[in-house]
Amino acid sequence: MRAFLPDYAIQAPGTLDEALRMLAAEPGAWTPIAGGTDLMVLFNAGRLPGRRLLDLSRIYELRGIEDDPSRLSLGSLITYTELLEQRAVHQFFPNLVKSARATGALAIQNRGTLGGNIVNASPAADTPPSLLAYGAEVQLVSARGSRWVAYDAFHQGYKKMDLAPDELVARIRLPKPQGLGFHFYRKVGTRQAQAISKVCLAAYARIQDRVVTELRVGLGSVAPVPLRARRAEAAVVGRALDALPIEEARRAVLEDISPIDDIRASAHYRQVVTGNVLAQMLKELGAARTA
Amino acid sequence: MEVHVIGASTIRKEGRGKVMGSAAYADDVDLPGCLLGMTVRSRCARGVLKGITFLEGVPWDEITVVTAADIPGKNFVAGHVDDQPFLVPVGGAIAHAEQPVLLLAHADRAVAEKARRLVRLDVEELPPLLDIEEALACVRVIHGERNVLKEIRIAKGDPEPVFAAAAHVVEGVYRTGAQEQLYLEPNVMIGTVEHGPAGLEVTVSGSLQCPYYVHDAMKQLFGIPGERVRVVALEMGGAFGGKEDYPSVIAGHAALLALKSGRPVKIAYDREEDMAATTKRHPSRTRIRSAFDAQGRLLALDIDFALDGGAFTTLSPVVLSRGALHAAGVYRCPDVRILARAVATNTPPCGAFRGFGAPQSLFAIERHMDVCARRMGMDPVELRRLNVLRQGDTMATGQVMREDPGLEGLMDRAMAAIDYRALQKAYAVRNAWDDPVKRGVGLSVFMHGCGFTGSGEATMASVAGVEGRPDGTVAVLAASTEMGQGKNTVFCQIVAETLGLPVDMVDMAEVDTKYVPNSGPTVASRSTMVVGRILEDAARGLRLALVQGGFLAEPYDPEAFREAMRAAHLKLGSLKTYGQYRANPGFAWDDKTYRGDAYPNFSWACYAAAVAVDLVTFEVKVEDFATVQEVGRVVNPTLAAGQIQGGVAQGIGWGLWEEVTFREGRMANNQLTNYIIPTAADLPHIRVEFLEGGSPFGPGGAKGIGELPMDGPAPALLNALRDALGDLRLDEVPMTPERILNRLEEARHA
Ligand SMILES: Cc1cc2nc3c(=O)[nH]c(=O)nc-3n(C[C@H](O)[C@H](O)[C@H](O)COP(=O)(O)OP(=O)(O)OC[C@H]3O[C@@H](n4cnc5c(N)ncnc54)[C@H](O)[C@@H]3O)c2cc1C
Repeated sequence: MRAFLPDYAIQAPGTLDEALRMLAAEPGAWTPIAGGTDLMVLFNAGRLPGRRLLDLSRIYELRGIEDDPSRLSLGSLITYTELLEQRAVHQFFPNLVKSARATGALAIQNRGTLGGNIVNASPAADTPPSLLAYGAEVQLVSARGSRWVAYDAFHQGYKKMDLAPDELVARIRLPKPQGLGFHFYRKVGTRQAQAISKVCLAAYARIQDRVVTELRVGLGSVAPVPLRARRAEAAVVGRALDALPIEEARRAVLEDISPIDDIRASAHYRQVVTGNVLAQMLKELGAARTA
Repeated sequence: MEVHVIGASTIRKEGRGKVMGSAAYADDVDLPGCLLGMTVRSRCARGVLKGITFLEGVPWDEITVVTAADIPGKNFVAGHVDDQPFLVPVGGAIAHAEQPVLLLAHADRAVAEKARRLVRLDVEELPPLLDIEEALACVRVIHGERNVLKEIRIAKGDPEPVFAAAAHVVEGVYRTGAQEQLYLEPNVMIGTVEHGPAGLEVTVSGSLQCPYYVHDAMKQLFGIPGERVRVVALEMGGAFGGKEDYPSVIAGHAALLALKSGRPVKIAYDREEDMAATTKRHPSRTRIRSAFDAQGRLLALDIDFALDGGAFTTLSPVVLSRGALHAAGVYRCPDVRILARAVATNTPPCGAFRGFGAPQSLFAIERHMDVCARRMGMDPVELRRLNVLRQGDTMATGQVMREDPGLEGLMDRAMAAIDYRALQKAYAVRNAWDDPVKRGVGLSVFMHGCGFTGSGEATMASVAGVEGRPDGTVAVLAASTEMGQGKNTVFCQIVAETLGLPVDMVDMAEVDTKYVPNSGPTVASRSTMVVGRILEDAARGLRLALVQGGFLAEPYDPEAFREAMRAAHLKLGSLKTYGQYRANPGFAWDDKTYRGDAYPNFSWACYAAAVAVDLVTFEVKVEDFATVQEVGRVVNPTLAAGQIQGGVAQGIGWGLWEEVTFREGRMANNQLTNYIIPTAADLPHIRVEFLEGGSPFGPGGAKGIGELPMDGPAPALLNALRDALGDLRLDEVPMTPERILNRLEEARHA
């Protein structure tokens, strides 16, 4: 452990109100900590800049699941393990199940939270592509009040979010897909477990009369933020299943993304593989049984 | 009573403690008043240290600071060549970016860590030399006249005229990357220094493979005789060669801090420091030119083998030697020329890692044989069958195959185990389908020389012993260390078998240089074969002493033996017998000409791999892996199979994923997140078959097995990839998804 422990302080408020008041009193002074699976890595390496930690774990308002006929609302403290225990998640959001299963290993799944995955804002995080594909919204709360923002507008730049220093992410809300749907998720890490994504693609499509009427493709690790492949989506929406413009979509997705060379993969590899995975997704979509 | 202990899977001697969590590793040892040490490193690949500044922010008066000026003896880590300083002195040269410059200690590790960040080094930077080709081309000269740390030439006949006349000449260049040993337990060392009647007395204990290497290093560092140095090997959480030479550096550092502070000092590297600063497998570049006749018979080999040794000599001469001696592989070849060089670069010194140079040169030759076969329109299996060594053939050094290595039989068994021909047929059909997953199968045939190279064992003249204790049990006295490979268990089995006792009557004495003789380093697949045989002698000596002393009558049962030891103790006080290495008659080696018997014997193997490549992501999945090896005698089947499976896992990692990324001479991916070793989910079922040929040199006929499994996987995998993907430039490991994409694009554009 390279951090100097006495340099750090931690507070654990018992209610949301108390937490929000603390944040309001000194905006930016506190670093919220949920499962700690991102923060403790930095701490161990002596690279955690925030010296005052606000432990969210006792705040019950950030927990719990609300299952409505039309949507599912998850408390931001929900862990991967808890996510995997939810019947509604399996039934309506299979990509989220795959994201959770592909995250770290069991110990991380037991501690890591959905809220932490979102706010850590790593472009390589594995649930954001699924949240994007399902059109998620996030609820932000502060002493000033509460607001809902569309998740695809939440990430604004590398580790920059539509999140004020006095705000917490309270809930994540997902509309339940209606009608005939197609779900696809693929994480490309270098190994089968405990891997950081080099490319991650999640897609949800709605099919009516063998035509793609709705498509959302969420991508990870190929831009400074998790993002929607809007150009590729546009190329496909409105097309018939047996005439999907795979090559056109492959070209379009290259316009959507802006990958870089880093320690895990080259930009070129990410470009080629994003196109390939998108093509694979569209082939599967084209072959979807609709009867 | 007949007791058979050799060949039984007796339970690991230290297994219980490890499983129950009671085993005490060095970091679990708390000495009263112990300080925690930190290392300030150069952070610049090449330059001159001009000065050191201590910034404000910690109570410097509480912190012990050691510089090169505090060294009582010689500021060089004892080794083949004295060129590596323990600490860079002010005014001295910096030769790599992780070079220790200054040491700090404090009772609170965090304070020491904070202090580490407050030391500024004033360095005049010089342009570094960072790779093999630049070093060979003498782009800059950083060592001697040509950047060559060691050069070896092996010659048999004269290949040059053969190339001119041969039906086929095939050339290839092959590269392998550095690899991190990644033992579970990072390096930890504890030092204490006392002022005894004769002067300084230095004790170091910790995680280390070779107690007497550390012993030598401490003698030289402190300028004191061996009686005043004590080295204790504690429980070790893996090593794989990575704790062969570097522990001497850390031990020296801990002891220097202990001398200065007057308190015990522990230095425990965390994973990041351990990965960045300590030794790796040598990166290599091998050029092979080979000549064949029209039928595919190998006529000549011209091999240029180069290793990146890093900034100092360390173990590079011996790693190079083993690499050179395995470079021609398992093939009969009348005319051979091998030029082997280890070059200096401004990177942290490379060191020992399971296989010790052999995986690098065997990767090249085994990949090359496949390339040659395809080039000549032959089946790679058939080309190998035609050319493998048989009884009476000579290897590159002139070593005669006194017995048949049975290589064709090994190939048959491995191919049967994986169902090679059936897979090939099925894949030929399936790979034509419109499916992005392509499959292939490939194999490698190889050997590993057991024990030290050439005259190494004779020079070392190892000693090991056994002690009859008053309670009627027997202790094994050897400096060989347990790093997970099973030495404790196997040594006890050998002694128990020789004495006709159950294995629970025998256990290991603590590996402490004060009590155990120098049985040599725990390296080179030598412990079972070489030290095991010395122990056999020592145990026979014990029995003989009891019989001749009238304490024991043969035949006897364990109870009688116990009684005899008690009685002998009462009368003699102590009961220890020793054995020493005996040269094998008829074997000769000339270190100057590199002619003769390079190893007393070899373990032989054929490995076959089945792979699937997904052309969507270029990821490779190893679907099946079969190993068949001839290892003389298997002393403990469970432990032996574990050695093979573990080695294969490391070989698969090296072949497909494990890449040390250097940036300006520093490891940039020194974290488990980005240095990708395989998980259980990435590994296939690894099939293990042993053939037991027996060997006259090891105890009960055993040969070495520890390193063998590291040699075969990489070439077998890349040969399988060739089978799956067609004619690609598969000339390098790790063959990562990025490289596969790159090679496919290259082939498409060609
Ligand atoms: C070994 C290992 C493997 C991993 N594997 C993966 C993987 O495969 N895929 C992947 O995506 N991630 C992975 N991670 C990263 C991490 O586990 C996830 O990002 C996890 O979801 C983080 O959640 P947490 O609760 O632990 O976050 P924390 O570490 O507690 O916090 C992360 C960030 O979010 C902020 N934060 C947390 N909750 C809130 C909130 N409610 N409101 C406002 N801000 C908040 C914190 O201030 C901090 O900046 C891995 C981590 C480790 C250590």
